[in-house]
Amino acid sequence: MITAGIDIGSSSIKLTILENLSIVRRELVPATFRPLEAASELLALVPAGSPVFATGYGRDLLEAKFNIPTITEIKAHALGARLLFPNCKTIIDIGGQDMKIIQLDSKGKVARFEMNDRCAAGTGKFLEVMAKRLGFTLFDFSKAGEAGKDTVTISAMCTVFAESEVVGLVNRGFSREDISRALHSSVVKRIAAMYKRLESENSFTVVTGGGARNTALLTLLGEVLCTGIHYSDDSQLAGALGCALNAIPPT
Amino acid sequence: MSQEYRTMWRELGLNLDNHDQLMAVLGKVYADIFLSQQNRPKKTEYLDFVMSEVHGLRIKELVEGKKQGRKVVGTYCTFVPEEIVIAADAVMVGLCAGADFATEEVGKYLPRNLCALIKSTFGFKLGGVCPYLEASDLVVGENTCDGKKKAYEVFKNLVHDFYVMDLPQMKNDGARTLLRSECDKFIVVIENLTGKKITVDGLKKAIEIVNAKRKAVHRLSGLRANRPVPISGLDSLLINQIFFYEDPVRFTSQINALCDELEIRVKDKTGIASPETPRILISGCPMAVPNWKVPSIIETSGAVIVGEESCVGERGSRNLVDNSGSTLDSLMDALVDRYLMIDCAIYTPNNERREHIREMVAQYKADGVILYAIQFCAPYTVEATEIEKELEKDGIPAIRIETDYSQEDVGQIKTRIQAFIERLNG
Repeated sequence: MITAGIDIGSSSIKLTILENLSIVRRELVPATFRPLEAASELLALVPAGSPVFATGYGRDLLEAKFNIPTITEIKAHALGARLLFPNCKTIIDIGGQDMKIIQLDSKGKVARFEMNDRCAAGTGKFLEVMAKRLGFTLFDFSKAGEAGKDTVTISAMCTVFAESEVVGLVNRGFSREDISRALHSSVVKRIAAMYKRLESENSFTVVTGGGARNTALLTLLGEVLCTGIHYSDDSQLAGALGCALNAIPPT
Repeated sequence: MSQEYRTMWRELGLNLDNHDQLMAVLGKVYADIFLSQQNRPKKTEYLDFVMSEVHGLRIKELVEGKKQGRKVVGTYCTFVPEEIVIAADAVMVGLCAGADFATEEVGKYLPRNLCALIKSTFGFKLGGVCPYLEASDLVVGENTCDGKKKAYEVFKNLVHDFYVMDLPQMKNDGARTLLRSECDKFIVVIENLTGKKITVDGLKKAIEIVNAKRKAVHRLSGLRANRPVPISGLDSLLINQIFFYEDPVRFTSQINALCDELEIRVKDKTGIASPETPRILISGCPMAVPNWKVPSIIETSGAVIVGEESCVGERGSRNLVDNSGSTLDSLMDALVDRYLMIDCAIYTPNNERREHIREMVAQYKADGVILYAIQFCAPYTVEATEIEKELEKDGIPAIRIETDYSQEDVGQIKTRIQAFIERLNG
């Protein structure tokens, strides 16, 4: 049985094709201002007649245009993370414009979740803006975050205010590495607050979304949450993976 | 007809350009949200008519009444006793506003981080778009939350006649004494405004009118306990909204007629959604017209709302006034007893509200609770965190939604509500 899932996120569009619970195809393209076209190209890779589910901010668009059924990112990441890590109890999804903490019940279903509201604090967008401000690629930014020392803290959670704070720190002579460290720490602090709100301490925690590619974030999260943080190369695809899983008809 | 209304609006002092803008938006939003619903009861035609004439026929009635000496009293809270106003042959209208308007003007008076309900109230005044407010001979504020209390200090300078009623913050013997004395003072204010003396008979008749109005919405609530639910949460919310400015006697008879139809629907097992549709109780801050944002997201995401634990809903309409007294004193005591039972979050402690949420979950067979709060509303946002934990502990799924009147967060709220509904679906 072949099924597929597509996740139309704010930063990237992901496609996963599953065959007998194994991933047989992984695709990731940047989200443009024409998500429908990018999604169509990806969907052309799915063998005709295979069931598909969609998630992400563009899910309603796909439902309206192609009649593809949808699930929320929350359910999708929960399913995807469980396939990657069957023991998973808590998921930290760090996406382009959202950050979510999802708690699973004993049957692996979504029990409770926390999600940032309209503001970009603690999301991939925040890190993207800051990396650019410091003249780093996303990869170098995370390396700098690991190399930097805890000489300074960033207190503003708001992307706009934090950017001014960064400008201030640059002009006071702090190194780019230490500022990078501080920026990663501020995101982790924000995530930790939501995580603790759900009383998720000591649970088997999986990081999904694009944030799982940021090694500084993963290291700091592990330190702050005092729990082994789990992630895999497929973490960013978890939403699409969850959709592909959900597309398998019940037997 | 329209020209007649325009003359009326101009005479009331409305800003016609702004008002045209508001009415255009309101008409479109109403069509998108309400008229697009499937399987509505036929008698919801009454709601459509009331809404189409919300600034027309009803205002004309008020204005004509004013010419005969019938005063109009505008209020912002369920604590202001309508019985006293009606007993003096005056009309009470609710003035709370549910849309952002003239936001730049509002910024001249209020800080940004204040709740949307208060800012919107100022916006409707400063934009000159609310005929109810402009038709009011007296505007009554009340000491509920800090935001309203302080905002009234500013607002009183924007209207010609303003009065503030004090309210207790704890439910003890002192509270009853305070509320009684405030209601007694309010009688004097209303008697002075109308030039009419409030009598035992007048008050008894007024209590009867308002009790009948409440009973009609209690009947509606009871019918919503059925599976499938015979009427949508959106239409029910709208009924609870027009409760505040429609003529009470007409409202009562129309809602009872609607309930007659709903009884037949219940017998025929006709509903607005399938019997398996997840049922949601919404609890928290009031939703004034046209604040339909969250309910419309819920009901277009595959769930139905079966109750509103809200001032615009059961918190505001629960309990009747005992009308058996034969003196003004005993009737006023009974009135105060009823109003003191409103479990607004300005009270501390406010455990009754938690009990009522649980009761409503059981009575209306709700599968989950959405704790709704307007951003920056300290009383309800603080209560929500604890209530959410308690409900979850008892196995009742709950989620907090904090938002304002803007549309920019609709995508995120939709995701959260849909995920909550996915959870209820198991």
